[in-house]
Amino acid sequence: MPDSHSADTESQLLPDSVGLVTPEVAHFDTPLALACGKTLAAYDLVYETYGTLNAERTNAVLVCHALSGHHHAAGYHHPDDRKPGWWDAYIGPGKSVDTNRFFVISLNNLGGCHGSTGPLSHNPETGRLWGPEFPMVTVSDWVHSQARLADRLGIERFAAVIGGSLGGMQVLQWSIDYPERIANAAVIAATPRLSAQNIAFNEVARQAIRSDPDFSDGWYAEHNTVPKRGLKLARMVGHITYLSADAMGSKFGRDLRSDDLHFGFGVDFQVESYLRYQGDTFSTTFDANTYLLMTKALDYFDPAAEHDAELALAQALTPAQCPFLVLSFTSDWRFPPSRSRELVDALIHAGKPVSYANIDSPYGHDAFLLPEPRYEAIFSAFMQRAEPDPNAESKERQS
Amino acid sequence: MMRADLNIIYDWIAPDAHVLDLACGDGVLLENLARHKGVTGYGLEIDPDGITRCVARGVSVIEHNLDDGLASFRDQSYDQVIMTQALQALRRPDKMLHEMLRVANEGIITFPNFAYWRHRVHLGLRGYMPVSKSLPHAWYDTPNIHLSTFNDFEHLCRDQGLVIVDRAVGVGNHRGHWTSRLWPNLFGEIAIFRVRRRL
Repeated sequence: MPDSHSADTESQLLPDSVGLVTPEVAHFDTPLALACGKTLAAYDLVYETYGTLNAERTNAVLVCHALSGHHHAAGYHHPDDRKPGWWDAYIGPGKSVDTNRFFVISLNNLGGCHGSTGPLSHNPETGRLWGPEFPMVTVSDWVHSQARLADRLGIERFAAVIGGSLGGMQVLQWSIDYPERIANAAVIAATPRLSAQNIAFNEVARQAIRSDPDFSDGWYAEHNTVPKRGLKLARMVGHITYLSADAMGSKFGRDLRSDDLHFGFGVDFQVESYLRYQGDTFSTTFDANTYLLMTKALDYFDPAAEHDAELALAQALTPAQCPFLVLSFTSDWRFPPSRSRELVDALIHAGKPVSYANIDSPYGHDAFLLPEPRYEAIFSAFMQRAEPDPNAESKERQS
Repeated sequence: MMRADLNIIYDWIAPDAHVLDLACGDGVLLENLARHKGVTGYGLEIDPDGITRCVARGVSVIEHNLDDGLASFRDQSYDQVIMTQALQALRRPDKMLHEMLRVANEGIITFPNFAYWRHRVHLGLRGYMPVSKSLPHAWYDTPNIHLSTFNDFEHLCRDQGLVIVDRAVGVGNHRGHWTSRLWPNLFGEIAIFRVRRRL
């Protein structure tokens, strides 16, 4: 099984890093029926793995990514990379998701723009890029595709499926759709469904992209353009919702970029400069159609929708079998603690094992990506319980 | 080894019961109940270290401030609800008692008995607010804002129409001596009650 980093390069990096990693691609020829009614005849999933799969194949952990995430969750692609993968604070030797114990799989979801089949891929039926014609994918579709990747890697049951934000929603869907294939679930900074306000922010982001003249109804790639201004605006709006008012205040306050006000519409305040920088960077690295798809997947997610009783969410969670860890962050106003608590209450009503902690953090929604001692401690404690019992199999044989 | 009051409670919980443990601490009671008596349920706790230790034990624990009530728990959804050493720290112990017997058929409550003889000596003879093993804080930083006695609690139960099914005392780290069973209000350091709603 892929142990995707070599020993000699590892020594150059921090001892708690998974080191250098190389993504792999899995190609699937079995058609995937999507929730929207369309079928994807064939597709690729790009993924990375960290750690080693044990002989019994019982120590696999699946990492699900958030809105703008991808398969590169930990380690480095090149020795001179400035930043490690997006969840490197929690994945690595001795970290909460301990790669000395676990075989961690992290993939780029369908519809993504980092190597898995998505709007930037070719549509075999038309010979064109998929562009805006890439079918709408849902959290449930992603989970089904992830299950196929698990099949491919010979993993019958995950020791844990974990994720933050939109990633946490995939974890929830896993527990409902494949209860027998998931032994533990960590749902972090997530929500059982988006609020009207959440959808409203997403719609502003989408309109920013779609109203950019360079968007060309989604066929921008064929016109060799990128709707950069739209993407930049979308990211700027999104970014505001990821940070808390306090975090923004303490990071930037009303600091000026230079000594004087300009009495114009250029950049006066540091926070403007920061947002523009974030937007610019994002607009050159992320695909606009993917952003539209991913925000729609967020909006559509609502496992309770099929149940119309007062306890609809609890009913939706009835199939789940695994223990849950639900974490929220005090200053997160995108998916505030009350939304996690809603999920926890539903799990309690459904009689499922669940633990919940509301981590004190000033960093808003972004807190799920950042190092925090209490978060690390409780996540580690939960993951250590998820470690497969090495004696379990022999006990089973005896009985 | 568990605290004396936890051992008594352990014996009072029915096998395979579904329980709620309010202020479950590090989860040692729930872990023992789950392991040896097939008990299921949840602990509520507010202390971050306690919560992490519960998770490490595999105990289902919910971060929750008891002063926020139990609104998210449905009527009679548990067999027994436990609250150890938290009654005295609540803003409204009477409301919590009512809530406990809304969500469960039976409530088990322990609290430091303010009328314990050592406490009486502290206050009555020496003229100081009592400080003891069961009341370790100074008056100015104590979380214990509603101290009461065996007698007080029995009054409250009577007022709320509750039946006291069982009563026990803990002294220090062991069960009460015969003197404390005979005169609990004087010799019982920890009051332990088992109450139900009158049918």
